[in-house]
Amino acid sequence: MTNEEIIAALTERKPELVSETGGEWPNFMVAAAEWPGFAAMLRESEDLWFDYLFCLTCVDWKTHLTMVYHLSSTRYRHNIVVKATLDRSAPEIGTVCNIWRTAEFHEREVFEMFGVHFSDHPDLRNLILPDDWVGYPLRKDYDDPVNMIKM
Amino acid sequence: MVEEIGTTDEGDLIINIGPQHPATHGVLHLVITLNGETVRKVEPHLGYIHRSIEKMCESLSYRQFIYSTSRMDYLSSHINNHCCAMTVEKGLQLEVPERAAVIRILMDELTRIASHVLWWGAMAMDIGAFTPFFHAFREREMINDIMEETCGARLTMNYMVPGGVQFDLHPNFHRRVKAFVKQLRNKLPEYDELVTHNAIFKSRTKGVGILSKEDAISYGCSGPTARASGVDCDIRKTYPYEGYEKLQFEQAMSTDGDTYSRYLVRMVEMRQSLSIIEQLIDNIPEGDFQAKTKAVLKLPKGEFYSRVETARGEFGVYIVSEGGTTPYRIKFRSPGFSNLSALDHTVRGQKIGDLVAIMGSFDLVIPDIDR
Repeated sequence: MTNEEIIAALTERKPELVSETGGEWPNFMVAAAEWPGFAAMLRESEDLWFDYLFCLTCVDWKTHLTMVYHLSSTRYRHNIVVKATLDRSAPEIGTVCNIWRTAEFHEREVFEMFGVHFSDHPDLRNLILPDDWVGYPLRKDYDDPVNMIKM
Repeated sequence: MVEEIGTTDEGDLIINIGPQHPATHGVLHLVITLNGETVRKVEPHLGYIHRSIEKMCESLSYRQFIYSTSRMDYLSSHINNHCCAMTVEKGLQLEVPERAAVIRILMDELTRIASHVLWWGAMAMDIGAFTPFFHAFREREMINDIMEETCGARLTMNYMVPGGVQFDLHPNFHRRVKAFVKQLRNKLPEYDELVTHNAIFKSRTKGVGILSKEDAISYGCSGPTARASGVDCDIRKTYPYEGYEKLQFEQAMSTDGDTYSRYLVRMVEMRQSLSIIEQLIDNIPEGDFQAKTKAVLKLPKGEFYSRVETARGEFGVYIVSEGGTTPYRIKFRSPGFSNLSALDHTVRGQKIGDLVAIMGSFDLVIPDIDR
């Protein structure tokens, strides 16, 4: 499907969906609470078939966090970006590692680096950082006077 | 974080492999639950070589940050640099001169061969054959010499810059690459004789560590690891960049998904890369090797994503720009990280001795996983 066809197909199913164009791939904003259900729909729909989650990350905007999911279809070769805004003080979103199993590792990384809590994640522990690490290093206000060199 | 060596309530043994162990090819730490000789669970513990490159890049300019990516997957440094340069070019809407594009492809393919040759030696060594390692290094040395002449480095090249490549090709490049292609074409049958058709190697790898097509996609596997399971995921074919669409080559594929097919896919890929080099080496267009760019690069506000095929799979660079001279947020999608997530699933139920063979066939580079 082309970008326009994807936007049309998705807004038909969910008219309240906010889409952004201008980028290379269609962008969609979803509410955090709706994400797992929306993700399952993207994965299962025969005409969309987004079976490959190739990038999962988070961006700290100082006022809020944004989860960014890059999806692609190995059958149709189309791509999509889905974003969800999270509250910075208590970020929480449902896990998608039962839909795309690669999410398990990626969500653990986002958990330790940004402090996002993924509800229903089977094994939400630090993956890269030691267990007793304090703070979320990839947040913008993180400060480590010992290990960080300021330029 | 580190589980003590001990036994579980069911009587399973917990042992640690790494962080310093020759079979993990770097500082990877695996906590393994064993029932007799059968692997019940493998849990990777990462971070021993984590440098937080993503955080560092937030304070580096668009010219500087590319250098740090050579230190991620150091066997694919050209290709990592290439992807970063492409992302910045996407933001600047910069056209790369034809000559630079061809040089980039040539360098990428030489890197791919160097990486696969090294992997071939290391894989055989993991299984217990020591000699192939020396054969592999003989050929890899030739590529390193070619790189050294043109890029000035043998491992962390930093050769690709936004707009093209840093220097023009060395006058010896053409002759040396021709000699290398001839040499490797002659030696590949020898490689096959030594390892591919070796009865012990076959019995150690055939039917071992099977990863199904569905699982490979679900775990986000890419590169030869996924193609051995029948996923046609070569970015050079599926989302062509830099002129790969004009070249004649096939995706190396297999459908068995076992360790031996992951091996075979890379052997085919080496021949494919040689054929790409042969198509281009006599047709390098004349002209500039670098487009004119400003001294200080500023990306417009927005998000840019590029993906390339490294020797290990799909590498992606995601830049979020606020319009300044440094990226606001940068994310590197490294192929090793996703491929590693499938390791636990693949080795469950296999013998501990096969774990090393399976890990070897995944071709993990640890700095690429940790970043």
